[in-house]
Amino acid sequence: MSELDEVRRAHFARRKRVNVVALALSLAAMAFGLFWLFWILWETFRLGIAGMTLATLTQMTPPPNEAGGIANAIYGSFLMVLLATFVGTPIGIMAGIYLAEYNPKGWLAEVTRFVNDILLSAPSIVIGLFVYAVVVARFKSFSGWAGVMALAMIVIPVVIRTTENMLQLVPAGLREAAYALGAPKWKVITSITLKAARAGVVTGVLLAVARISGETAPLLFTALNNQFWTSNLNDPMSSLPVTIFKFAMSPYENWQQLAWAGVLLITVTVLGLNILARVVTRNKG
Amino acid sequence: MSSNQSAKPVRTGPWADAVFGWLAKGAAWLTLALLASIIFSLVVGAWPAIERYGLGFLTSPVWDPVQEDFGGLVMIYGTLATSLIAVLIAVPVSFGIALFLTEMSPSWLKRPLGTAIELLAAVPSIVYGMWGLLVFGPILAEYVQMPLQSLFNGVPYLGALVSGPPVGIGILSAGIILAIMIIPFIAAVMRDVFEVTPPLLKESAYGLGSTTWEVVYKVVLPYTKAGVVGGIMLGLGRALGETMAITFVIGNMNQLNTLSLFQAANSITSALANEFAEAASGLHQASLIYLGLVLFFITFVVLTLSKLLLRQLRKAEGAKA
Repeated sequence: MSELDEVRRAHFARRKRVNVVALALSLAAMAFGLFWLFWILWETFRLGIAGMTLATLTQMTPPPNEAGGIANAIYGSFLMVLLATFVGTPIGIMAGIYLAEYNPKGWLAEVTRFVNDILLSAPSIVIGLFVYAVVVARFKSFSGWAGVMALAMIVIPVVIRTTENMLQLVPAGLREAAYALGAPKWKVITSITLKAARAGVVTGVLLAVARISGETAPLLFTALNNQFWTSNLNDPMSSLPVTIFKFAMSPYENWQQLAWAGVLLITVTVLGLNILARVVTRNKG
Repeated sequence: MSSNQSAKPVRTGPWADAVFGWLAKGAAWLTLALLASIIFSLVVGAWPAIERYGLGFLTSPVWDPVQEDFGGLVMIYGTLATSLIAVLIAVPVSFGIALFLTEMSPSWLKRPLGTAIELLAAVPSIVYGMWGLLVFGPILAEYVQMPLQSLFNGVPYLGALVSGPPVGIGILSAGIILAIMIIPFIAAVMRDVFEVTPPLLKESAYGLGSTTWEVVYKVVLPYTKAGVVGGIMLGLGRALGETMAITFVIGNMNQLNTLSLFQAANSITSALANEFAEAASGLHQASLIYLGLVLFFITFVVLTLSKLLLRQLRKAEGAKA
């Protein structure tokens, strides 16, 4: 009898030990994940802050070993991200509306949802290849427009996904009430459901902007790079990520310094947008 | 708002509805057209290489732009090896994070910790790349690679795996950085599917005297199996297509002499990033596009599997609800 108790007690102790070990490992995994985030942020600030001078923000990209800044790259990034957002957002919102409001269970919606998920996770460099083949190879020139197109193709799936999800959260009663007042469908969507889901849709757009602000791969052979300030979208155009890539891989000290400053700028922007997106949904969603 | 109310009621004919509907439908079709034209343009661009090498391209290790002889084995190996390392590291860690967030964390910490992990996914890949090359690589070389080498020196197989110059660049460092990048994706899916486990199931298990670990391992995990595998596939798809971080740290060498994990190598994405803009049009460019097509095909299959598995879980959940 006491022997059986002994066995039981030992068994119970072992189960508890396994549990403690597993939970400790889970805590360690959490710490492991956070460790990388803080390490990367710390190094980015440590190495980037020294390069954050006025010259960095106001001067053009310099030749090796000369003073300069990354103003043209910041401007190029800003311009291309802005235009890509303007091109991609309406398409994404309209497709999201179709998925949520028109025929959510039809074959077109099912296929579009599936294709959209593929596009959402597809390698962004392949999108660069596609735009190269369609735009750059045809017009025989790298151009800002090609960069805009590549970035817009990344915006679309992000916006579709969030728009659809947010529209689905709008209570059906709201729609029915509007229909009951005799509103036509387009009016119900634009002034009732879309308005109710506004915060969520804005979040999607912010996340898309954050995503394309850091994208390098699709710009490498579409917008290429440019040493000079340009607003002409028919010319090659420099962008922050591509400039960082070029400068970071170089052996020149001043280029690497500028690359770190660029990395700091891009990290703060992207993480800031991500946090802003979360705040927007938390307050209004 | 106020202008709408003050204006007299405007009757829009059915045409406004029709136009809006067509615009929405058109946008959905456009998304389909995008995918179709990506595939089409890749096949067209790669056609000279496909015609010349056929499927032998996938198994040939030669990559010689000067002699115009191309094969994709080195890059395909690099892509698969780095992604495999990444998944091996990321899966247990993500599981731990999801377990912590769903079962252990006090509720006031859940949100900030979850957000912190999600931010790991938001950090642009070029930041990972530069940090990996200039900060992480040297540390990995000094504190991990060199000790491993002296430890396994002369040991068969293991010794070969860790041979090569310990400079912090190569397959291993690329795999580790990829792991950090895909942890948030896998952890987020795992957390979400763990949370859909019916509380009744968990409470029953707790009621029978199970420990937290037993509940997760024997009740939650079997219930969410499909979703967990789907999440892993999603992470794998991300790892396969990741470009900039790898380009920085893999070393970009088009040779495959050893199985060493410390050896500089190349991946499909980094070959594209480094060579495509400079490649002369012709066979070199077509071969690079062929590589892109192979990459797209692999990720397409992996992501499709992921989606099907996740949907299966959702269906099971719907059936029970």
